[in-house]
Amino acid sequence: MKIKKIKEILNAELLTDDINTDVEIQAVNCADLMSDVLAFQNKGGLLITGLINIQVLRTAAITDIVAIVFVRGKIPDKAVIDEAKSKNILLLCTKLPMYEACGLLYKEGLKGISE
Amino acid sequence: MNNNSVLFEEDFKIKGWDFTNAGEASLKIKNYLKEVGIAENILKRVAITSYEAEMNIVLYAKEGTINFKVTPKKVLLEVKDRGPGIEDVELAMKEGYSTATEEIRNMGFGAGMGLPNIKKNADMFVIKSEPGKGTKLNIEVYLK
Ligand SMILES: Nc1ncnc2c1ncn2[C@@H]1O[C@H](COP(=O)(O)OP(=O)(O)O)[C@@H](O)[C@H]1O
Ligand SMILES: [Mg+2]
Repeated sequence: MKIKKIKEILNAELLTDDINTDVEIQAVNCADLMSDVLAFQNKGGLLITGLINIQVLRTAAITDIVAIVFVRGKIPDKAVIDEAKSKNILLLCTKLPMYEACGLLYKEGLKGISE
Repeated sequence: MNNNSVLFEEDFKIKGWDFTNAGEASLKIKNYLKEVGIAENILKRVAITSYEAEMNIVLYAKEGTINFKVTPKKVLLEVKDRGPGIEDVELAMKEGYSTATEEIRNMGFGAGMGLPNIKKNADMFVIKSEPGKGTKLNIEVYLK
């Protein structure tokens, strides 16, 4: 599923406007624990998380996640957004709580990371 | 070429509680392996082990180093720190065991999966620790 479509479904805001949103997301991982992110092959994946610190970004970069959705309207600092741009990781922000964000994407056919 | 000859070597200094740079050394290691064309599944395993070890220095130790080496046969990481060390290494290796504080947990760490994750992703893993002094990890990932 294209990022554009994900943005639409989640009624999300794009925080990294200069990165190409024409990428295809293969699967989704949802976690607030960084070790849970690292436990999977996330290549080409999307991470849905409630954490907005710089470590989320570094963890995502380590495991080749291409986009992150922050839930419940949380927005990271500018430093995090700038680093995301330099690492070419897309950041999105939705007002939806985590369960609903995951449920909506799943309903539209986006698969989980272990499927 | 001798199988043990070192094709590339770099040392990274890691500082305890330095979240501005935490993880950057492992990202550099990962990018280097990507640039020289190491297979995805192998460089990912190196990146994960390196990152978990790097974060343990940041979270628990005063300071440390990662020595990164590539030979024709494998990638080697020697991760050493000066810090509190680990009293019971066997216990620390158990999935879910963590002494992380609330503050560390709020950052997304402290699941107690770091050392087990390193063991799972490494072809060779040795951990030695001296309480009050520090900890040393030797990690190897084979290139095929
Ligand atoms: N470099 C280190 N120095 C001191 N203690 C460490 C170090 N690495 C790990 N530990 C101890 O081992 C425990 C388990 O580590 P780990 O498996 O990485 O899980 P976590 O970091 O999530 O707690 C830590 O909570 C800590 O008590
Ligand atoms: Mg750890």
